[in-house]
This record gives sequence, structure tokens and C-alpha cells, in this order.
Amino acid sequence: MRIQRKVVTLLLILICAILQGTLFKALSIGSISPNLLLILTISFGFMRGKKNGIWIGFCCGLLKDLLSDGLLGFYALVYLCIGYAAGCCCKLFYDEELRVPIILTAAGDLVYGGLVYGMQYLMRGRVQFYYYFGRIIIPEMIYTVLMTVLLYRLLFNINKRLTELEMKERDSIWLRK
Amino acid sequence: MKKKHDWNIKSKHILVVMILVCISLMLLTFAGKFPAAPVRKAASYAVVPFQNGINKVGTALSDMTSGFRNKKKLVEENKKLQSKVDELTAENSRLTQSISELDRLKKLYDLDKEYSEYDKVGAEVISKNSGNWFSTFTINKGSDDGIQKDCNVIAGSGLVGIVTEVGKNWATVRSIIDDTSNVGAMTMTTSDTCIVSGDMRLIDEGKLQFIHLKDQDDKIQEGEKIVTSAVSDKFLKGILIGYVSEIEEDPNNLTKTGTLTPAVDFEHLQEVLVIKELKQQKGDS
Repeated sequence: MRIQRKVVTLLLILICAILQGTLFKALSIGSISPNLLLILTISFGFMRGKKNGIWIGFCCGLLKDLLSDGLLGFYALVYLCIGYAAGCCCKLFYDEELRVPIILTAAGDLVYGGLVYGMQYLMRGRVQFYYYFGRIIIPEMIYTVLMTVLLYRLLFNINKRLTELEMKERDSIWLRK
Repeated sequence: MKKKHDWNIKSKHILVVMILVCISLMLLTFAGKFPAAPVRKAASYAVVPFQNGINKVGTALSDMTSGFRNKKKLVEENKKLQSKVDELTAENSRLTQSISELDRLKKLYDLDKEYSEYDKVGAEVISKNSGNWFSTFTINKGSDDGIQKDCNVIAGSGLVGIVTEVGKNWATVRSIIDDTSNVGAMTMTTSDTCIVSGDMRLIDEGKLQFIHLKDQDDKIQEGEKIVTSAVSDKFLKGILIGYVSEIEEDPNNLTKTGTLTPAVDFEHLQEVLVIKELKQQKGDS
């Protein structure tokens, strides 16, 4: 039962990573494409709690690290922290609420953009923060939030289905005993 | 029992441990101790077939939609093209006459080694960098087709970038408009060297930046061709990069900086050519 959940989650991560580099590059607006892996991390972190947020964030980030060049582990760190933060809200709000993941994604993408800028651009002496803020961080945030509105329902249903399956199996084992 | 044990680990502890794992990973890759390349290769090995597939679906779809384009439009287009063909034939005959002159000039500039002499392999762009910050992309040919790290990539008439990583049937290319890219270049007429570097802020205008151009006699004008320089250790000599569009003097009065328009349309890049020959090899032989 746990294995099933893990396999589905890993598949989702893989699908998001692949789509982000192919399909959503074709759908990019003004050469900005949404951050699907971040949506995945935040949604699942928010629905399942801190531990899951950390692990899913780590996997997403690591995959992104592996598919791009640069320091291995940087994106993993960023994503797992965001996943943990999203997990903190798990017990505070109902997960049917669409507004919470939207706000979380907006905040998460701002943090993500800021960190990528700070680590990979500022370190090379590109100091015009406001340009990058207006050109990349804000548009990416808006696009990502839009995608969250569309995708959260889907992820929510997948998660619900998985939890239901788990509950059923757990019950049946318990009854057998 | 095991389950109970699981619950006792607090998420805070996992967080701290994983953060330490990430930081140590970063430090290890930075120090070059961790073999990042094989791990990356393994990951790409799993992902590249899917990217290839999705790309094929995309091409098929766009082919289909273009097939639906109505006939009238095509006829109209055909007419237009016919007149264009006539125009071009006339121009072509004129240009053929100046080819001999061009040959002479090429020899003069020591650029007679045209790209056609290099052994090339065509490849398709199957995936772009998943973030918005960098301009790297993946192509569907790799070591099986003789591509190696540091191979030069061109499209149409100009330089696109350089291969940074190679797998069995894929390779990653960093384009010259990427913010971290730097190319040693020179001007066509005066052979003055400069450095062409990508800049995120100029990508929207479709331009590149060049710096440290020594041009004491003020000979360089707008429209001047910039090609890869002989002193660059990774880029082959004489590949066209672009044309100067703006130029101004640095405060130090010795060098000049400016922008140039690349010869390649990076926004609509689909097929590229990879030159199999390496600069280093050429120097050895």
C-alpha cells in the first residue's frame, strides 16, 4: 500500500519534470514557462504533511539538478525547504481549500526565484535585481499560480484516491486479524 | 514495531538531515569529488526516450495542423513564392559572379576553411532547460553519432553553442545566449579580438553582448561581422556569431563594448548541426 503511493508519486514527479522541459516550453508565454515541480511539491506537501513534503521536494529538486548542469543538490535543497514549509500548513487548513495552495505556490515561487537569482546570478555580479524580478520571477509566479488553479484539483483527486485505497487495504488487514 | 519507530522520528530531524545531505552534495560536486556526470547520465537515460517521444508527437501534431491549411492560401502563397523565385534567380546569377571575388577575400582573411569542410551531424532539439533562468537544451544525438564534449553546435549560418555533456543518444548544449556563456571572438575585417557573452537582459531584444574589443583606429562599424577567434581553445575558428548592432567606447578609452545581433534565430531553434571535430584535436594533429 505504501509502495503503491510511492510509485505513483515518483511517476508524477517524472512526468512533471519531462513535461516542464518539453510541452510547457512549447506553451511558454514570453519565454516564461511554469514551474510544475514546485506545484507538485507544494500540493503534496500541503496535502500530506511535512515529511512527505520534504521527500517529494527532495526528489523533485534532485531530478531537476540531474537534468540541468550546475551544482548538484542546489535545487534539491530549495525544493525540500519549500516542501517542508508547505507541510507546515497541512494541519492548519483543510486541503479542499484551493486558496491556500495558491498562496503557498505564489510565496514558494517568489522564494525559489529569489534563491536562484541570489545563488546563480548575483554571485556572478549581475546586480540588477529589479530587472530579473520583473522579467522572470513575477511572470513565472503568475503562470505557476495559474497552473496551480488548473492542476490542484487533479492532484487532490489522485491523492484522495490513493488514501482511500490505503484505508481499504489497512482495514481489510485489520479485519483479517 | 517498525511503524512505531517511524513515527518517533520528527520531521524537523529529517529536514535538518536532508539539508545537510544537500549541502554536502553541493560541496562535493563543487570540489569535484562526487562523480556527478555518471549519475546525470543515468537520469537522462531514463528521461530522454520520453522527451524524444513527446517531441515526435508535437511534430506530428504541428504537421497535421499545417496540413489542414486551406488550399486557397497555398495557391496564393505559391504565386508569391514563384515571383520570389524569379527574383532570387536573378539575384543568384549576379551573386555567382562575385563568388570568385569572395574566394579571394576569404583567402585574404585566412578563413578559407569553411564549415562545409568539417564533419557534421544533424540533430533535433528535444527538450529545453526546465527553468526560466538558463538557455540550455538537449538534442537527440550523442556519443553513438560521434558527438563529444566541447563539440561546436551551429544552425544555418551561425554559431549556436557548445556541447557540455554527452550521453549515448543525447547531448546537452549550452547556447551562446545563456547568461553564463563566454566566447572568444574577433571581427572579420580587422581581426581584433573580443569576448562575446550572453546576457539575460538582452535575450528579449535577441541580442548578445561583446566586451573588451580593441579597436584603436575606430574601424569597426555597425554591421561588422563577428566570428569565433583563433585564440579560443574550444570554438573552431571562423564560425559566424553575428553582426555588430551597437558599439561604444569604454570609460578606459582602450577597449569598446556593444551589442551584436546573432546570426541564428534562438527563439525558433529546432534543428542544429554538431561539428564532430574538436578544436583541441585539430591542434594536436
